[in-house]
Amino acid sequence: MTFIRRHILTVVAMLVLVYLFVPIAVVGVLSFNNPASDYNTQWNEFSIDAWTNLCGVPAVCQSFGVSVRIALVSTIVATILGSMIAFALVRYRFRGRQSTNLLIFLPMATPEVVMGSSLLALFLNLRFPLGMPTVIIAHIMFTISFIVVAVKARLQGMDPNLEQAAQDLYASPRATFRYVTFPLVAPGIAGAALLGFALSFDDFIISFFNAGTLVTFPIYIWGAAQRGIPVQVNALATLVFFASLAIVLIAQFVAWRRRKALQASVVDSDVNLKALSMDTLPRS
Amino acid sequence: MAAVMTAPGSGKQDSPERKRSRTGYWLLLPGMGWLAVFFAIPFVTLFLTSLQVPVPGTSGQYMPAFNLMNYPEAFSAYSEQFIRSLVYAGTATILALIIAYPLAYFIAFRGGQWKGLLLVLVVAPTFASFLLRTYAWRTILADEGPITSFLNALSVLPQDRILNTGLAVIAGLTYNFLPFMILPLFAALDRIDPRLIEASGDLYAHPATTFRKVIWPLSLPGVVAGTLLTFIPAFGDYINAQLLGSTGDRMIGNAIQINFIQFRDYPTAAALSFMLMALILVIVFFYIRRAGTEELV
Repeated sequence: MTFIRRHILTVVAMLVLVYLFVPIAVVGVLSFNNPASDYNTQWNEFSIDAWTNLCGVPAVCQSFGVSVRIALVSTIVATILGSMIAFALVRYRFRGRQSTNLLIFLPMATPEVVMGSSLLALFLNLRFPLGMPTVIIAHIMFTISFIVVAVKARLQGMDPNLEQAAQDLYASPRATFRYVTFPLVAPGIAGAALLGFALSFDDFIISFFNAGTLVTFPIYIWGAAQRGIPVQVNALATLVFFASLAIVLIAQFVAWRRRKALQASVVDSDVNLKALSMDTLPRS
Repeated sequence: MAAVMTAPGSGKQDSPERKRSRTGYWLLLPGMGWLAVFFAIPFVTLFLTSLQVPVPGTSGQYMPAFNLMNYPEAFSAYSEQFIRSLVYAGTATILALIIAYPLAYFIAFRGGQWKGLLLVLVVAPTFASFLLRTYAWRTILADEGPITSFLNALSVLPQDRILNTGLAVIAGLTYNFLPFMILPLFAALDRIDPRLIEASGDLYAHPATTFRKVIWPLSLPGVVAGTLLTFIPAFGDYINAQLLGSTGDRMIGNAIQINFIQFRDYPTAAALSFMLMALILVIVFFYIRRAGTEELV
């Protein structure tokens, strides 16, 4: 008991962390279920049918493919547009900064149901046919802001002296961007793109308003929830979960190794300087 | 969302010399143009739609008009759902704050070299489908399940069950938007100098006093951002109400969705949507008054 009292914060924090993963564990466990009825909500008996036959229900895989295609296209466009905005915000002066910030922030603060319905109102009034193009338009719209924020954070965290140094060495603005700025920001842009992909792939509300008869993976799940979700959906979702987790963990690990290597090289040069008995030099 | 992404250590150096050149405008143009056309203008069409009247003798056909009466009519028809959304989203936000604070505090002050990994774990649940995670609560809160049985043994449940009641909807909302509470809280707590807490202890402040007088006030920006980022999506959500609640637990999002997609009563749906947005804008406006726009993105 004294152990718990001593470590109460750690215990509570770990419990919250566990809580975050309880529903995911349920989704994963039920992917190995052979449900007694159409509704896969209660454990019946162990089965790996769903995993060996992922596309056993063709509509599941079809909708999965639709979502991947939509997420790919909208992520590419949104990443380009969003990164350009982030560069402008951090590196350039321009008029209307306040309203620009506001127009970037508002899509993140607007409930999806409002964004979805207002865009639908626009398409209805223009008599624009609903389908994949309208969903892609919507996804680009709501992911841009998240990409701006992610890339902007990376740009602001960058040491401005590095670009200054390149220019002092007579690098043209183009060369500075190509060899200094872009390689430094690229991991941030890649991270932002991953976020955009995840947001687009999992979006239901905005898609549902603007999809017409198109069925994305979340829209399929929504429809299936009324008459029973096939076990394959659980298997695919579990797969997506572990794949995304692996990508993020690998990225974290690479970043950690780079930091370590950088620290090591700084220490190294420090040692070399000392060897040259120049220890009065200011250390960075 | 600002505080979410700009987690540790950013924003401290807002590069002092920004270039003044036309390139800046060219960089902004395509993206901001997209947002103007597909985010800002739709609000105008939404407003115009909310004033339309039915074409006489047809159903599902509407013509331009300036019928402001759509608003009071829509509100009185769905005031119950509006109030329910406020109560559900408000309760979920408070619960999320209570649940998120210890974890955010732990990551910020005890995370050490595991900070990055712990933050990944906080975001990781969102990698699994939102709909399936919500649906999983049907299993967790099932009538014969351990949680419901336990609470029924204590006979604390007003309806003897959780599933298909407002409690399940609140549970789902609390869970689903928790990462949006944890991340800004962490960002604010992570900025606190640990020496301030030590100093408070050195001056013989009781840990509870230290929390009340030092930690809590310094974490307030995170509390404000977190509650905003949790409340707004929870207020407009209709997935939790649909999958976990009964027909008596529907929220304003359900009303907008049904009117737009099933009933094709566009003016009513647009009026509801516009009122929801107006409410959110008022909240955001107060937030900006406190924090300014540079902190937003």
